[in-house]
Amino acid sequence: MFPLTEENKHVAQLLLSTGTCPRCVYRFCGVDFHAPYKLPYKELLNELQKFLETEKDELILEVPNPPPKKIRLQELEDGIDGIDNLSQNGEGRVSVIEDGSIASKNSNLNVCNVCLGILQEFCEKEFIKKVCQKVEASGFEFTNLVFSVSFPPQLSVREHAAWLLVKQEMGKQSLSLGRNDIVQLKEAYKWITHPLFSEELGVPIDGKSLFEVSVVFAHPETVEDCHFLRAICPDCFKPAKNKQSVFTRMAVMKALNKIKEEDFRKQFPCPPNSPKAVCTVLEIECAHGAVFVAGRYNKYSRNLPQTPWIIDGERKLESSVEELISDHLLAVFKAESFNFSSSGREDVDVRTLGNGRPFAIELVNPHRVHFTSQEIKELQQKINNSSNKIQVRDLQLVTREAIGHMKEGEEEKTKSYSALIWTNKAIQKKDIEFLNGIKDLKIDQKTPLRVLHRRPLAVRTRIIHSMETCYVDEHHFHLYLKTQAGTYIKEFVHGDFGRTKPNIGSLMNVTADILELDVESVDVDWPPALDD
Amino acid sequence: MATEPAAAGLTVPSLVDRYFTRWYKADVKGKPCEDHCILQHSNRICVITLAESHPVLQSGKTIKNISYQISTNCSRLQNKVSGKFKRGAQFLTELAPLCKIYCSDGEEYTVSSCVRGRLMEVNENILHKPSILQEKPSTEGYIAVVLPKFEESKSITEGLLTQKQYEEVVVKRMNAATATS
Repeated sequence: MFPLTEENKHVAQLLLSTGTCPRCVYRFCGVDFHAPYKLPYKELLNELQKFLETEKDELILEVPNPPPKKIRLQELEDGIDGIDNLSQNGEGRVSVIEDGSIASKNSNLNVCNVCLGILQEFCEKEFIKKVCQKVEASGFEFTNLVFSVSFPPQLSVREHAAWLLVKQEMGKQSLSLGRNDIVQLKEAYKWITHPLFSEELGVPIDGKSLFEVSVVFAHPETVEDCHFLRAICPDCFKPAKNKQSVFTRMAVMKALNKIKEEDFRKQFPCPPNSPKAVCTVLEIECAHGAVFVAGRYNKYSRNLPQTPWIIDGERKLESSVEELISDHLLAVFKAESFNFSSSGREDVDVRTLGNGRPFAIELVNPHRVHFTSQEIKELQQKINNSSNKIQVRDLQLVTREAIGHMKEGEEEKTKSYSALIWTNKAIQKKDIEFLNGIKDLKIDQKTPLRVLHRRPLAVRTRIIHSMETCYVDEHHFHLYLKTQAGTYIKEFVHGDFGRTKPNIGSLMNVTADILELDVESVDVDWPPALDD
Repeated sequence: MATEPAAAGLTVPSLVDRYFTRWYKADVKGKPCEDHCILQHSNRICVITLAESHPVLQSGKTIKNISYQISTNCSRLQNKVSGKFKRGAQFLTELAPLCKIYCSDGEEYTVSSCVRGRLMEVNENILHKPSILQEKPSTEGYIAVVLPKFEESKSITEGLLTQKQYEEVVVKRMNAATATS
């Protein structure tokens, strides 16, 4: 069914004759169902011309004094000419411009003065295929996709001009036209291209897909279209650090909303002039949203930092927990980069034993994202086989939201440690037994000197929930502690120049030092444990 | 994988030696034997302490009183720092006085910063119990904590003595004393 009615005829005739493409004609006539847009361009143009021809015939019949034959003949010839042209060049875009002559006498392309070719060449299968080839060459694994397009900002200016023109024309017929009565260019473009992409790639288009194919269009020939807006509305075009040009689409839209109709008409032709060429494709890019992997790690080395340890651009130690895990993930997920986070961290010389410390890794722009639980298990095995400094368990894919559980635990949950203590004075078993009886000991810790350069100076109260001792010899014993998260254990032992009070030294009335420290448990119940 | 517990008697470097470098300044402000020791942490933080050879630490001395009031208008106790960037800290030059130590024999000693930087904190514990200054001068008996500017963290120790140079100074001083006596 042909979508236009008698009511649309004047507008359609006006637009088509001023160099607007048939799909844009539909848009400005408010055709809001998809099918008409999807017709092949040639067919669409024919239909529209036929529709307008009948109008002329009717007009001729109605008008008592028909216009001079000469003109009518010319129009007729043009019509034939146009059809000839089409039949010769299947791909040719033809439109009738104002004086009624065929614009594509020299080139077989008649670029739409509103969409600059977006609803013409860039809706054709050839272009879709070109994009799809890029998508397939990019090597991403995907089961659906979201397609995003970025149009040059001057398209909004041209759209505005066309809108004013149509509004005026409709006003003559006592009809009104609101901004929402026309179909957005982006909408029409989606209606046409989405089914084509879906068919070509064999996957559905889904706005929520993590896999994004984006196309950026530019139109160098008309970049100056926007410039007059700056003079009228300088507020809208303030330079921003991360923008190459002040003429962003948002800024242009803002200015168009502000500008008075008369001012716009004075500065910009309505209808807009016809461009020579269609838009250029600035880039076709594919990207996959981040995926997240979580697990728990053990650290068995006292020479391994959690994250790369770099001072003045120089590496102190060659590896790190983060790298030993992430390097494998990066390779298997074919990701661009990663971000490591964990529930707290341990010093370079501290081991993490027991069930390990929860961690999560964000894999940025992964090319592969679908894994069976068996494959993840194998990946965990691969990590574990590659190093005896760390081991990983409970490795699993998680959602971005779930990572919050890990960070909650960082501040709230308890942690258990075991420490090897040295005392300057000789001790007997009975000298340390009293520590076993101390429960929920409140201590005041000033920010340790070792981190004071990067943290605020404060006194923080922490609770040592319980302690257990195991005598080794006259100068050594093991101390097992259960503490509130955020307690600095080393400082609780040696006192940090008397800045943590009380401390093991002050409790025992000796000088105490900590020789070894192990994290025995991080009591955060996320990620869920997996049985291996 | 497991680490053997350190055997008794095996000496592990002390806390100070593990994390700090010792720097010295002899005869501060031209006053004989008033030697200071600056412990610089690898993170550039400096802890100002008295060197072992300082008169206050010699046997027979009793500290009567310690005061961080260095002039009528300025007390180091009023120093307050806030936030990660330690806003509001008093700025200290090498010669800036930190505190005064009054001994029962009537002698009075001024402790200086010896390094340029911002005052993080003073040790209030020694006000209540001056004896810890003598018992543990290089740990719990510290005088103050100073944070040098990041770009000056290397240069601030240029005018100071290393531990070896300091020991040589002390030996020379002793030799001179025996020679004159």
